[in-house]
Amino acid sequence: MAIVHPQKWRVLSRLLVYLRQNKLRLVLGFISIVLTNAFLVASPWVIKYAVDELSVAVTRERLAYYAGLLVGITFLEGCFRFAMRWLLIGVSRTIEYDLRNDLFRHMATLPLSFYQKNKTGDLMSRATNDLGNVRMLLGPGIMYTANTALTAVFAIALMLWIDWRLTLIASIPLPLVSYSVRHFGKKIHDLTEESQAKLADLSARVQESMAGIRVVKAFVQEDHEIDEFRRSNLSLVDKNRQLIRVTSIFYPTMQFMIGLAVVIVLWLGGRRVVEGAITIGDFVAFTVYLGLLTWPMIALGWVVNLLERGRASMERLNYIFDSAPEICDSAGVIRDFSIRGAIEFRNLSFSYNGHATLRNISLSIPHGKTVAIVGATGSGKSTLVQLIPRLYNPPPDSLFVDGVPIEKIPLETLRASIGYIPQDTFLFGETIRENIAFGVDAASDEEIRRAARISNIEADIEEFQQGFDTMVGERGITLSGGQKQRTAISRAVVRNPKILILDDALSSVDTYTEERILHELKEVMRDRTSILISHRVSTVREADEIVVLDRGEIVERGTHAELLALDGYYAGLHRRQLLEEELAVSE
Amino acid sequence: MQEEEILGKAYDSRLMRRLITYLRPYKKFVALAFVLILFQSVLETLFPLLTKMAIDDYIAVGNMAGLALIAAAFAGLLVVKFLAETVQTLTLQNTGQGILFDMRMQVFGHLQSLSPSFYDRNPVGRLITRVITDVDVLNELFSAGIVSIFGDIFTLLGITIAILLLDWDLGLVTLSVVPLIGLTTAVFRYKARDSYRRVRTAIARINAFLQEHITGMSVVQLYNRERKSQRKFESINDTHFRANLDAIVAYAWFYPAIELLGAMAIALVIWYGGGKVLAGTATLGALVAFIQYSQRFFMPIADMSEKYNILQSAMASSERLFKLLDTPPAIVNDPKAIRPAERATGDIEFRNVWFAYNPSGKDEWVLRDVSFHVSPGESIAIVGHTGAGKTTTASLLTRFYDIQKGQILLDGRDIASLDIAYLRSSFGVVLQDVFLFSGTMESNIRLGSPISRERVAAAAEDVNLAPFLKTLPLGLDHPVNERGSSLSAGQRQLLAFARAFAHDPQILILDEATSSVDTETEIQIRAAIERLMAGRTSIIIAHRLSTIQKCDKIIVMHKGRVRESGTHQQLLAERGLYYKLYQLQYKDQEVGVPGD
Repeated sequence: MAIVHPQKWRVLSRLLVYLRQNKLRLVLGFISIVLTNAFLVASPWVIKYAVDELSVAVTRERLAYYAGLLVGITFLEGCFRFAMRWLLIGVSRTIEYDLRNDLFRHMATLPLSFYQKNKTGDLMSRATNDLGNVRMLLGPGIMYTANTALTAVFAIALMLWIDWRLTLIASIPLPLVSYSVRHFGKKIHDLTEESQAKLADLSARVQESMAGIRVVKAFVQEDHEIDEFRRSNLSLVDKNRQLIRVTSIFYPTMQFMIGLAVVIVLWLGGRRVVEGAITIGDFVAFTVYLGLLTWPMIALGWVVNLLERGRASMERLNYIFDSAPEICDSAGVIRDFSIRGAIEFRNLSFSYNGHATLRNISLSIPHGKTVAIVGATGSGKSTLVQLIPRLYNPPPDSLFVDGVPIEKIPLETLRASIGYIPQDTFLFGETIRENIAFGVDAASDEEIRRAARISNIEADIEEFQQGFDTMVGERGITLSGGQKQRTAISRAVVRNPKILILDDALSSVDTYTEERILHELKEVMRDRTSILISHRVSTVREADEIVVLDRGEIVERGTHAELLALDGYYAGLHRRQLLEEELAVSE
Repeated sequence: MQEEEILGKAYDSRLMRRLITYLRPYKKFVALAFVLILFQSVLETLFPLLTKMAIDDYIAVGNMAGLALIAAAFAGLLVVKFLAETVQTLTLQNTGQGILFDMRMQVFGHLQSLSPSFYDRNPVGRLITRVITDVDVLNELFSAGIVSIFGDIFTLLGITIAILLLDWDLGLVTLSVVPLIGLTTAVFRYKARDSYRRVRTAIARINAFLQEHITGMSVVQLYNRERKSQRKFESINDTHFRANLDAIVAYAWFYPAIELLGAMAIALVIWYGGGKVLAGTATLGALVAFIQYSQRFFMPIADMSEKYNILQSAMASSERLFKLLDTPPAIVNDPKAIRPAERATGDIEFRNVWFAYNPSGKDEWVLRDVSFHVSPGESIAIVGHTGAGKTTTASLLTRFYDIQKGQILLDGRDIASLDIAYLRSSFGVVLQDVFLFSGTMESNIRLGSPISRERVAAAAEDVNLAPFLKTLPLGLDHPVNERGSSLSAGQRQLLAFARAFAHDPQILILDEATSSVDTETEIQIRAAIERLMAGRTSIIIAHRLSTIQKCDKIIVMHKGRVRESGTHQQLLAERGLYYKLYQLQYKDQEVGVPGD
């Protein structure tokens, strides 16, 4: 627990801005801490006077005065303790609120590549657990550190005032306390991490077994799963027991050491009273001060842990904050641009993760035309179309919309003109209506229905009990793969996009339904630009131009008939399917 | 409101009684911990008494030797207390771990026994919360909650007895603040519970929102939803913030209030006790002991209100856990289930089968009066539109769901009368969506079955997975993770075939994948399917014409009914539904014919 390395704590500098915004409350909070502790250490002093006077001579009035004083002081102390908590913990909640909003705002600017590189579970844990740890550092962490330090300083100062020699001797166990905090603390920290890792393993096991339950059952693997689970479970419990062995000694040890200090005071302090060096009141006050120190001693380890954890978590949060948005409007952007929908790739090459994904692509799609892209898995089809809404940044001056380099078009305008339907459908846990109207500010009931009708999902939706108000996902119904894809198509259609992109978005829909959707879409897209990616010849054959991609290059292009005449990849694909038909006829 | 968000009362005797049963195997340890806690509480009350003796009997009269003796006794008691506390913590926490282990095994084992219909209703995330989080909360209850509450109560009792014995009227005066403590704690509990519940609800919402938006961030961006989402997030975040502010207020006044009551107790000691000292009816030492007792008295009380949260979450968690454990598996072995000695021959018959996923719902039949027969070694293809009931037909065979009317027979026996393990291991099921477990290629083919590496390798060879394996440096030992994301759709299909092949089932159920793969893989998959079908009864939900034609019989399903059945040529000749389906799927190729 090398808490003293200033370098290590530099990661927290991002928090300074937030702290500065709450300067007033922080200053008042710290003043409250000082006053709380001032009143806290005043109470034993009252007891000291009361006891001293009792052992000599006192009146009932004096006793009542002391009793009243004690209650009054504690009341004031309580007021400031309330203020301290309310101000300082309140600040930490305010900062947590701001930080969480800023985090989400920043995450909304991060590119697709960021989300591909980082697992959802990992980002979730940063945005929730780590943010929580930073909050703990800012709130209880700072408050208890200051409070603990002040209590210790005040109490020890007064103890020294009463009897400096006794104080020094009673402090003998203190270095031992600090040593054991450090020694046990490190062990506890390490074992806790190992145990956390085992718990993560166990969760992963459960997750997998539950997600794959159909396979487990189909292959009668229940016993095997239980055995595997038992092994992970046992290994977690073993680790926890190692941790327990350390913690169950640690806390009693701390108590024991503080108890030792009390013994010393009782024995030597008693002697000092007998010798007449201190009064009996001093002696009693001394033991009460020692009592006040107990909590700070025990809290020390906990507070250090809070700070350490918060620092580590801030580092993990900074990872997100420091990730650059990459895809955003540049300085030379053209305001008030309105898109018609002509797209041109001009000798475009694109690398992703150092891997050349697209090479020398030149492709012009005039406004209102339909282009289809076919090619094997991994040939770069998806990447090509993902460049259009700038999910990735194309190299400058290589991709044009209406003759303007895409990076000169405001990102918001660009994306608002595109209806992009990705391969993997993602719907939100809202109603179907909200999901369809996802990308528009307001949509009338008729507009939503029309979009649903075009994508052939209206009838399905009407069969649900709550129709368009049916919730999707965990809290509602589970849509089939095809229903999801069709909902996603509605979501794009309702935006009335100038450019429609279907990235293999009909793969879970049967050919019959696909046929109908394509037919409907053709009507809608009459004067708009469409790009279709598909493996099915039936989907692409009527496009104005068909482009065949192979390992990132355009190897064939032309109409259906032209490509068949070319007798290349496309013709091969076509023939293969033809072969099946001939087989059928010949039998 | 979601289940996770509901928080009820902090104590429910019905739940508690059931929870206590988990302590049974650890009776001895729990008893030991109990005795030790009792012992600790007694020790706790002795220390102020020693202080009193030191002041009254030795310091006041200047007896140095006696003072040293008291100090030695004090130190001795500290050692005893240290030992008692260590042993007690060790015993209790280890018992907690034992219960944790038992409960997790029980919950997980029970989950394994539940039928697919249960998994249809419950998302995986929720089940993980049961096995991991809820059980953890109960562990906290056992290792930190229950017993230490008893510890706190014992300590309070001990102190009460000690001060009453020491000086009963001063004791009563001191204890007069106790009702106020009760009142304060009750108000605090009420306030804290309300804000705690609101905080939990808000956190659940924040997490759900983040989870969803991180997963779907590119959709948010593509559809220009950033600002709208931000506003929504800020409003959820604000709910969380406000609930927390209330919680802060509740906690911020509670501790000072308790402290103030403590000071009032001490003030009473000084005022009333001081008077008694003046009157000579109490000693100075007794007064000091009383002050120390007052300090010790308030710790356990403040402590107990902290425990309240543990208790409350434990009740909520156990409620959910017990509800899960009380969910009976929808499909269980018949008590008189038959487990034939010989392997199934693969004779399958559907006899007037009616089935609905939700039997109580009206008119939701997925299958209506379905009948067909497949002889051993025969293959049958099921075709039809989405939602025609094809996949359902396949999952009924393995008793993933039970039918409402009719009969399904395997080798002339009703499948409901067969041992489930026997039934299921007679089938090899390959689903559209291939599920992979993290492990290696080999472990994904073998799963947990006793299959030799040679057979695994042979199976990989047979389904054309071997050429791909050869490109991997580790071959069969190639690691597979994260639901097999490093493998292409085609490779995953082949792996699933190898899995079925290695388990050598008598009957093959194949739900062909609709998502298209590149032609190379397509050819390999086709060959693998042919090899898998050889010599087996096969039921295939077919999408590829090549597969359909190889089947002995084709069943055309429409809206849950069998509409047509026969061979490919027969059905084409009928010019019915099959003919139309066929036309639609391959129309473009017909157009293409003249060009060739």
